[in-house]
Amino acid sequence: MALNKKIRELHEKREKLLLGGGEQAIEKQKALGKRTARERIMTLLDEDSFNEYDLFVEHDARDFDMDKKTLPSDGVIIGSGTIYGAPVAVFAQDFTVAGGSLGLMHSRKITKIMDHALKMRMPLIGINDSGGARIQEGVNSLAGYGEIFFRNTISSGVIPQISVILGPCAGGAVYSPALTDFVFVVDNISKMFITGPEVIKTVLGEEISMEDLGGARIHSEISGNAHFFAMSEDECFEQIKRLITFIPWNNGRKARPFEPGEPSPEFNIEKIVPDDPTLPYDVRDVIRAIVDNSDFFEIMEHYARNIVIGFGRMDGKTTGFVANQPLEMAGVLDVDSSDKAARFIRYCDAFNIPIITLVDLPGYMPGVDQEHAGVIRHGAKVLYAYSEATVPKITVILRKAYGGGYIAMASRHLRADFVFAWPAAEIAVMGPEGAANIIFRKEIMSSDDPDGMRRQKVEEYKEKFANPYVAASRGYIDAVIEPSETRKFLLHSIIVSENKTIQMPDKKHGLPPF
Amino acid sequence: MKQFENLESLRLGTGNYKTRLGKKFMKRQPYKPADPDVVLSLIPGTILDILVKPGQVVSKGESLMILDAMKMQNLLKSSRDGKVKRILVSKGDKVSKGCVLLEME
Repeated sequence: MALNKKIRELHEKREKLLLGGGEQAIEKQKALGKRTARERIMTLLDEDSFNEYDLFVEHDARDFDMDKKTLPSDGVIIGSGTIYGAPVAVFAQDFTVAGGSLGLMHSRKITKIMDHALKMRMPLIGINDSGGARIQEGVNSLAGYGEIFFRNTISSGVIPQISVILGPCAGGAVYSPALTDFVFVVDNISKMFITGPEVIKTVLGEEISMEDLGGARIHSEISGNAHFFAMSEDECFEQIKRLITFIPWNNGRKARPFEPGEPSPEFNIEKIVPDDPTLPYDVRDVIRAIVDNSDFFEIMEHYARNIVIGFGRMDGKTTGFVANQPLEMAGVLDVDSSDKAARFIRYCDAFNIPIITLVDLPGYMPGVDQEHAGVIRHGAKVLYAYSEATVPKITVILRKAYGGGYIAMASRHLRADFVFAWPAAEIAVMGPEGAANIIFRKEIMSSDDPDGMRRQKVEEYKEKFANPYVAASRGYIDAVIEPSETRKFLLHSIIVSENKTIQMPDKKHGLPPF
Repeated sequence: MKQFENLESLRLGTGNYKTRLGKKFMKRQPYKPADPDVVLSLIPGTILDILVKPGQVVSKGESLMILDAMKMQNLLKSSRDGKVKRILVSKGDKVSKGCVLLEME
């Protein structure tokens, strides 16, 4: 029958295209510990859920003998599918086809799926594995990048955008991931930089390996460009799938609720935080003692560890956590930690995720390097992000909250909806020693025993002011609670904030101190 | 209470904290004020030309040498009036960042 012949023809065409750059190129890809673009999509999505579009797309470049070359699907796979039932749009660059280089049709396929994701209000996942611009296509290739960046920006805050770097992503190409919400990298596989080691050597005479310049570890620990680090592609896909369970499909929705569950008794909230405010503890244990099933999904685990950010669930509902980490750099706010926290707060606000802030910080980091690196404007980002956020904001002061740090960490003054403090909390304009030195300078200086007098005055100050009751007497704190009551108060706050409504003045957009 | 490894002391205005120190903190360079008596290369490059001689009196803003770097010929100018004491590079030398090129007196 004629139809059978046509169907056979389709099968043959498909089969050829599904091989991408061919068996040799696939072998090369695998030798690097990398999956093929198609395998990556299949691993990431629910079984049999992927619908591919534009398999038959071809480039029409003519210069430099390009008219004699066919590039299957123009080196990128696009389509949609589901992850645990959640709809997602996906593109995956195919390194086996012309090194995944980006030409005009390649970029049009990407922008097509981006437009689709925005129209359907579903998350977009981009898997990057590309040598960069397809030089033979000249300015058309640059136009393609520009069209992608524009869509990344317009979709920002409307649909979640996830970038997965599974190969090189260099030059202008890095700006697409940089504009998206979450960037995933894999050890030894991901490489991101604006200018590579070759150029750096030629221009500046500095020698550096690709891995040390823009490998997965660098972007996870030093530059802060990546949010999730994995040792293998499989681990990376598991992280993406887990993230998808915590976030809503778009900014008009809330994340899907889960079955609530009590935290594990392994995390005893009364035994985590030492009384002495100079002693460390792992604030993630406090979070695990509070969240449903002790299940905390940390973001940017290796970058600016002095602040912890991530998702957990309270009463089954996704909640963002921001917490000072006394175990690392005493939990200070500095350039990097401010940047990390502020962006996360804005993410939560954009996607209707309530924010719980756990406060225990000695203040901002002193230092010439910090001041010169702009700790003023970076620190201001935290204040801006908390102030502008209209999602429910709940704050628990665990121990110390001094000076500007107290204000910045989701204080009542930045419109936290609920502020609680543990009985050992010290809320004051500065640390007891510094305060006593200034206030009682005369008494200390004129005393026969200045050191003894200083100690006495520090104690006096501590007694009088280093507690939560002064702030509570002004209503800056709503309740002083026992550590064991924390989850109860937080659950209640989350439940009663369900329909929080706030009217902000009309504006085109604010001017956060980027 | 849990015990933690690799704890150090971090002295801040509000107390002396037991904590871990970050990589960036460990690697930071102590601040040194700029020395008005030396001219440094601010980027790596090649000395294209030297426009002054030792002992020459120069005024503020006068060109001292040309450093070819980043595809640009960068004119290095004197930041003050003074006398050239020593020139530590020759024409054609490749210099790295932070290299002392010239001393003033």
